[in-house]
Amino acid sequence: MIQVVFDPSKVMDIDITKRTEYHAELDAARASRKVLKEVAFTPSLPDKGYTNRTLHVDVGSLAVAEKPVTQQMKDIFIGGRGFGLWYLWQAVTPQTRWNDPENEIVISSGPVGGITQYAGTGKSLVVTLSPQTEIPIDSNVGGYFGPLLKFSGFDALELQGKAERDLILFIDGQKGLIRFEELPDAPVDSHVLGEVLTRLYAENEADLVNISVVSTGAAADHSLIGMLNFSWFDKRRGCVRFKQAGRGGIGTVFRDKRLRALVCRGPQVKGDLNHPADFETLAKIGVKYHKEIRENDPHQCMMRRNGTAHIVEIMDAYDLLPVHNFQYGSHPETHKIDSAYWQSRCAQQTVDGCWYGCSMACAKGADGLVLKTGPYQGHMVTVDGPEYENAAGLGSNCGVFDPDDLLELNFYCDTYGICTITWGTVCAFIMECYQRGILNLERTGGLDLSWGNAKADLEMMHQMARGEGFGRIAGLGVKRMKALFIANGWGDPQLINDIGMENKGLEYSQYLSKESLAQQGGYALTNKGPQHDEAWLIFMDMVNKQLPTFEDKAEALYYFPLFRTWFGLNGFCKLPWNDVVPKGNAQQPEPHKIPEHVQNYVDLFSATTGVKIDKEELINQSARVYNFQRVFNIRMGKGLRQHDAAPYRSLGPVTEEEYLSRQERYDGQLRTELSLDPDAMTLQEKMAAHRQWRTGRFEKLMDVVYARRGWTRDGVPTYARLKELGIDFPEVLEVVRPLLGDPA
Amino acid sequence: MIRVNGDPLDWREGLTVQGILEARNYRFPLIIVTVNGQVIAKPDYGTTRVPEGAEVQVLHLISGG
Repeated sequence: MIQVVFDPSKVMDIDITKRTEYHAELDAARASRKVLKEVAFTPSLPDKGYTNRTLHVDVGSLAVAEKPVTQQMKDIFIGGRGFGLWYLWQAVTPQTRWNDPENEIVISSGPVGGITQYAGTGKSLVVTLSPQTEIPIDSNVGGYFGPLLKFSGFDALELQGKAERDLILFIDGQKGLIRFEELPDAPVDSHVLGEVLTRLYAENEADLVNISVVSTGAAADHSLIGMLNFSWFDKRRGCVRFKQAGRGGIGTVFRDKRLRALVCRGPQVKGDLNHPADFETLAKIGVKYHKEIRENDPHQCMMRRNGTAHIVEIMDAYDLLPVHNFQYGSHPETHKIDSAYWQSRCAQQTVDGCWYGCSMACAKGADGLVLKTGPYQGHMVTVDGPEYENAAGLGSNCGVFDPDDLLELNFYCDTYGICTITWGTVCAFIMECYQRGILNLERTGGLDLSWGNAKADLEMMHQMARGEGFGRIAGLGVKRMKALFIANGWGDPQLINDIGMENKGLEYSQYLSKESLAQQGGYALTNKGPQHDEAWLIFMDMVNKQLPTFEDKAEALYYFPLFRTWFGLNGFCKLPWNDVVPKGNAQQPEPHKIPEHVQNYVDLFSATTGVKIDKEELINQSARVYNFQRVFNIRMGKGLRQHDAAPYRSLGPVTEEEYLSRQERYDGQLRTELSLDPDAMTLQEKMAAHRQWRTGRFEKLMDVVYARRGWTRDGVPTYARLKELGIDFPEVLEVVRPLLGDPA
Repeated sequence: MIRVNGDPLDWREGLTVQGILEARNYRFPLIIVTVNGQVIAKPDYGTTRVPEGAEVQVLHLISGG
């Protein structure tokens, strides 16, 4: 087993409080500040997890309205992503596009969100119509904004309309004020803007921790892949840190609305602000869990020390680390960016978290990075992370193994407002196109985008932030680049489609799925697209061999997406669920589900809201929202079987090099699975046989999964399923009727 | 011969659970090992000998993301 031993003597000597400061930018922003409108509201705290009202803001007319949270909303949609989808459904029509004023960005935490007794409870869920997928996207993000919004008095914030000029929306939960402001001289990029706004809106030093800023950066203005940074103030470092609502281009929608930033100033956080129904039980569960983390984590994943980057070397060892656009699963230089390195580079020497009370505390910061390129060349900055996805996506998938290059890419993605996962897969696709002659120096405007050329990668990103050159094309994302390259006649259309790792318009996250059929479904048979937060089944399927039949895989693709949806309804982080396990877990039935932790979640929900649920009802809560989202996709003209199609690179070997890199495995499969003799076949024949077999079984997987989910063969939830879930509203039935026919 | 997660692995005298993990390059820290249905505690991986013909399950708990 890999168990990286922490050696304090190897930690780099870096002062975590030192970085470039932006006093002049703060002064300039302050001087240019102009209040456009101010509206008073009555701050309130939640009762049993809900404030029972939400805030609707039209950024075009500067109109503000409060809405009541109905019992039906709580019963059916719970909160968080559920509230976001429900409000978005009401806001848009099937004709609405992402850049229409009626599109909304909805931010909501969820009823349990903001409790400080358990780990991973500070999440905000963000929902909008995605510019990349043209269907709802949801993103789960840390930082303080969602909980502070709730503790100011609102279970959700709807942002609709388009402003004429760049706006700051300030919600002051201490004074009960909502203010629209212009700061024409405010900086653009998040690491400066977040710092400036936090200091601008805090009334004193002690107030800095009560401020959270939502912002994006320059690249969101010129791309479809913009993300949102959610901040919190790190007292030990004396600076603003960020977590990201990354996937699907939410930052692009934010800028299209001419929002420069949201700022929430909440009350000072205390342990009982949610006014839970049963505080004692919350505290008891929390104490038990914190003890478990303290005792077990040092011998398990070391999340407190390494964060999610601990799996870099694990994925490499299991041939799952994406290398060179998901062609290969490991690389000899992985040790340069593994957790042993990050242990020495993240010099904070203590645990770090993105919300109060999180004992898993997996956030990390790499301080003292002096930038080598771009508009902040020479500045010393702190980079959050890198998370596993960043190391894999910006690193190995693009052949970048210099950790400082990787950190600089990570930094610029964050401050420019670009999703790191998306950029990793975008750049990896471009680099493979460059390798195969689909792109060349002339077509990239002089950028040598060979594997590992971080300098060119960074320059492409700077171009995107400036809205120039090939960087602007990269910012379209993989789906649109594929169409563009094919339309230009730059390469074989099948090859381009095979290697472009997107589904529904969203780029794949950073795991190799081609040897796990269940994970192929875990990526492609999703509501929003191939993000691993629905189901990560590779170990169960490929390594443990727990899912030998299609029915076994379908059961996993029923349970796990629903279980994980639930985190997003309640403001939870997924990591505390299964990145540490309790003693005695091995003796439990279905230990891979971590049953004791599932019971914790049941009890946390019941203790907060006063609504008693059990494990079955937990899944039902998710199923209502999950199926509603599927119908929403259908309403937007997608959400059917054809939209779940996967690129062949995610299913099997596209190129001869890929096949040859795993020839023993692939030849063996021809013998055992297809009763063929690979010795009597050409390489091309073997690859063709694999393609036919692999695409065929993926189609069969779709059939079995859809049936398990209560959907038709075309992926449409049946009348019976909608009725069973209690979401057979007239407007829902109206969407499915043309596909299902009239009910019997 | 033994079977590890359903796949064959050559057996040798003195083969331990730890030896199996190394042979398979199973390096993930969150695992549950059973030998013929019996859960083996982590501290015992290096000393637990695996009999010929054993069915070994190395259950990697889900992680990621």
